[in-house]
Amino acid sequence: MASSIRVRATNNGDVTEVQALIQHPMDTGLVKAPNGELIPAHFIQELKFECNGKDVFVANWGTAISKDPYVKFSFKGARKGDEIKISWTDNKGGSDTTTAKIA
Amino acid sequence: MNATTLPHPTRRLILQGAISVALIGLGNLPFGTAHAAANDKYPEEAFRQKSEADAIKALYGKTAEPSDKIKLDAPEIAENGGVVPISVTTTLDKVTSISFFVAENPSALAASYRIPDGTIPAVANRLKMAKSSNVVAIIEADGKLYSATREVKVTVGGCGG
Repeated sequence: MASSIRVRATNNGDVTEVQALIQHPMDTGLVKAPNGELIPAHFIQELKFECNGKDVFVANWGTAISKDPYVKFSFKGARKGDEIKISWTDNKGGSDTTTAKIA
Repeated sequence: MNATTLPHPTRRLILQGAISVALIGLGNLPFGTAHAAANDKYPEEAFRQKSEADAIKALYGKTAEPSDKIKLDAPEIAENGGVVPISVTTTLDKVTSISFFVAENPSALAASYRIPDGTIPAVANRLKMAKSSNVVAIIEADGKLYSATREVKVTVGGCGG
């Protein structure tokens, strides 16, 4: 299966801008399916970005993050060609990891 | 207080002792859950709080003061409460974490981001909003909490409504 994470990391000299888009239902546990049953909560709790062995950004998420979450941030201290590692875990124990090269 | 005038001085003492132990116990409780944002652990307790004030307390253990050094970008009117683009930037120094709260959501805390050294204190994300509500960004900088608030009107709620 293709990775659930799509990342674009671009460096312009000093600052690296990272955009990530993750495929995930992010169910709140409050919505009913058409058959009247509640869809159980299923959402990403932790999302971590590492670069050169250091955490550069850590997200703790609740159910109020939109389906197929998007996040953007920037950090200093990386260069073009460096690798950035992205991983998430959800409340059901699911997880995914991917790496991307900074362009 | 003169213990000799009381009918059962020892029982009274024991009761007083029990009460003060109970009070100390209660006083200690909040410290167990506070400052979760500073740790790596997922702040489960803060995400469970219904109101914005309780969630801030559970996450940081202190209160925030409004700051004009925070720029919170949110649409005035969101047509779809399921996807509301919200971003924040700040000129504050020594930022260690950024959190988003939606006051009228079933649980107020939406997201909490840890900002390590070298990361620029600016985040963009997309939140769900149950209905029109204040959106609050809390920024922890140099150990203090600062907040910015914007009202977002939602025409269709993001919780299946």
